[in-house]
Amino acid sequence: MASKKTGTPPSGPAGPSRKGMTGAQIFHEMLLDEGVERVFGIIGGAVLPIFDVLYASPIPFVLSRHEQGAAHMADGYARSTGKVGVCIATSGPGATNLATGLATAHMDSVPMVAFTGQVKSFMIGNDAFQEADTTGVTRPITKHNCIVKRIEDLGRTIKEAFHIARTGRPGPVLVDLPVDVTVNECPVEPDVEPKLPGYKPQLKGHMRQIKTAAEAINAAERPVLYVGGGVIVAGASEHLRAIAEKGNIPVTTTLLGMGAVDENSPLALKMLGMHGTAWANYAVQDTDCLIAVGARFDDRVTGRLDTFAPNARVIHIDVDPASISKNVDVDVPVVGDAADILPRMLEFIEPKDRSAWLARIDEWRKKYPLRYDTDGHIKPQEVVDLLGQMTDHDAIVATGVGQHQMWAAQFYGWRRPRQIITSGGLGTMGFGAPAAIGAQFGNPDKTVIDIDGDGSFSMTMVEVLTAVRYQQPVKFIVLDNDYLGMVRQWQELFYGRRYSAVEHPCPDWAAVAEGFGATGLRVSERSELGDALKQTLETDGPVVLHVHVDPDENVYPMVAVGKGLHEMDLGKLA
Amino acid sequence: MRHVISALVRNKPGVLAHIAGMFAARGFNIDSLVVGRTEDAELSRMTIVAAGDEKVLEQIRKQLGKIIDVVKIRDFAEVDYVERDLMLCRVHAPPEKRSEVVDIVNLFRGRVVDVARNSLLVELSGPEQKVEAFVDLIRPYGIRELARTGVIAMPRGAQAQRRAAERQTTE
Repeated sequence: MASKKTGTPPSGPAGPSRKGMTGAQIFHEMLLDEGVERVFGIIGGAVLPIFDVLYASPIPFVLSRHEQGAAHMADGYARSTGKVGVCIATSGPGATNLATGLATAHMDSVPMVAFTGQVKSFMIGNDAFQEADTTGVTRPITKHNCIVKRIEDLGRTIKEAFHIARTGRPGPVLVDLPVDVTVNECPVEPDVEPKLPGYKPQLKGHMRQIKTAAEAINAAERPVLYVGGGVIVAGASEHLRAIAEKGNIPVTTTLLGMGAVDENSPLALKMLGMHGTAWANYAVQDTDCLIAVGARFDDRVTGRLDTFAPNARVIHIDVDPASISKNVDVDVPVVGDAADILPRMLEFIEPKDRSAWLARIDEWRKKYPLRYDTDGHIKPQEVVDLLGQMTDHDAIVATGVGQHQMWAAQFYGWRRPRQIITSGGLGTMGFGAPAAIGAQFGNPDKTVIDIDGDGSFSMTMVEVLTAVRYQQPVKFIVLDNDYLGMVRQWQELFYGRRYSAVEHPCPDWAAVAEGFGATGLRVSERSELGDALKQTLETDGPVVLHVHVDPDENVYPMVAVGKGLHEMDLGKLA
Repeated sequence: MRHVISALVRNKPGVLAHIAGMFAARGFNIDSLVVGRTEDAELSRMTIVAAGDEKVLEQIRKQLGKIIDVVKIRDFAEVDYVERDLMLCRVHAPPEKRSEVVDIVNLFRGRVVDVARNSLLVELSGPEQKVEAFVDLIRPYGIRELARTGVIAMPRGAQAQRRAAERQTTE
């Protein structure tokens, strides 16, 4: 972007002067400064000046079909790449449509910056056309938000937004931009130095706490590492593996922590919690030292709190001090970035033979393995299992929310960080399809699969159009059981099989996909499943595979609400 | 337990809504919340009186700390501090009761700031407990109207200086 040469020397080290630029031009300059590679969103009246600048921009724009889709695409892009996802929506309904996507990213600590248009600053509060109190609506579902009312503050505010989004415990930041701020010219050189006196994330762990934690681990006979998404966010998976291997410490992960350890490792226990593996849950209930890293003791993980890990000293490593001792009282808190703390802790971890403990866990593993029947209907677990094998456990997999999400978590076989893209905290149905598209944009050379349920897919499948338009070869695998399956499972187990409002008839998704311009495939016979998956993976471009699965299959193990992890219902696995 | 928490916040629109919203969303109770200007035009001070067990208060402090526009938090539980709550109260005081009411006001070092035929408008400031003791005593006479500012607080001098010294040594 060429700036007007006025004859006066540039005022700072930042390069050519930005004095006299419009707000939209400053906005664009800041995006270039931040290295933004792609923006998702939908145009509208209040963001026209911004799009006028994007028209000639080197930053490509992806027009989604719904703002929720744009937000989930930015989210999927961010989770799969570690970079900040960026989305734009217009004022009023555009902004409120972003809300679900912001709340999803907020609960799962995903770095995102959302820009929304706003009515002219002097009209705010007059109930103007497409006016909504966007900062008011999104305040509790963002890490930070603000409205820019003076063009002089625009550059700095955008700089701050990216900084806040990606540092500390990451999260979404929303910047609301009144039309006049983007239209007007900045009369002075815009200030771009962040000014955040109240924002100082604590990244460096306290040495004494690190030593105390290491001593507690060294003294433990039966330690377990309980690892959440924070380890992946911090890029600390390798450090975690080093600690686990040095101390012979088994590792269980939360849904968002999957891939922090390679599940091929003998130390990997897979997922814990409500639908965790029996051996992970029994190990947590039996451990004498639970080492939580980048996890937050969510109720889906702990089950009944007063029976959770009853014999354990609890160590909690987390960058967010507010996560510590929120749900579970912690014996050794260590506040800081896992990438700082884990390598420093490694030095103090003593190599220790824990083969008796590992053998005990192995017994549980052999006694209660994850398994499924292979007769009659196609079992959803087998679909995931085969997909894992056929993609060498190396694809990026997004999911919706529900039974299929849990089967994906249990059966895919996670190998590396940033591989599973799933809404854990908020549990946002409809997340899978757009998040997979966002992940594909960020990872053009990877196979990206959306393992979806018919309920979740129905909510946002319009974004298959976006995949078609921008030639993103996502494979959408829809596990259709004619129900909102997880709810049906709860009704079966806890509501006397009164199947209220849960039947979910679907159209021929393959035909819909063809109508959208994607390839549509369908399979309902188990004997044809392997071929259908192979064809799906080998077909160029976006493919929707409609899989008719057993409508009555339940997810096991299951820890009922109010029960301890050791009281899990093993169902068919027992 | 009752804690007086002081938060230094950036003087920007939406900050009060953010803090009040956080208390509501997380189910924390606010007894009183006062916002006012400070010596620095860019900063305001919020003084919050909140009740809860130590775990709840710890969460309140931490959640306040997470708000980007909150610059500094101080819980006065561990320090010796001065607190003041200002009250205006219109007390039913017909001529035959007026001197009794004035006596009580004087005992509390309050001031009568307006007199009407059957009532007195009383101004009183002091620690919250003192104001409450006054309200209890005056209630039988009939409180027509009552307004309180809520508590503001500041640590006592010696401690403030020691803290400043500690800060310097750690830096």
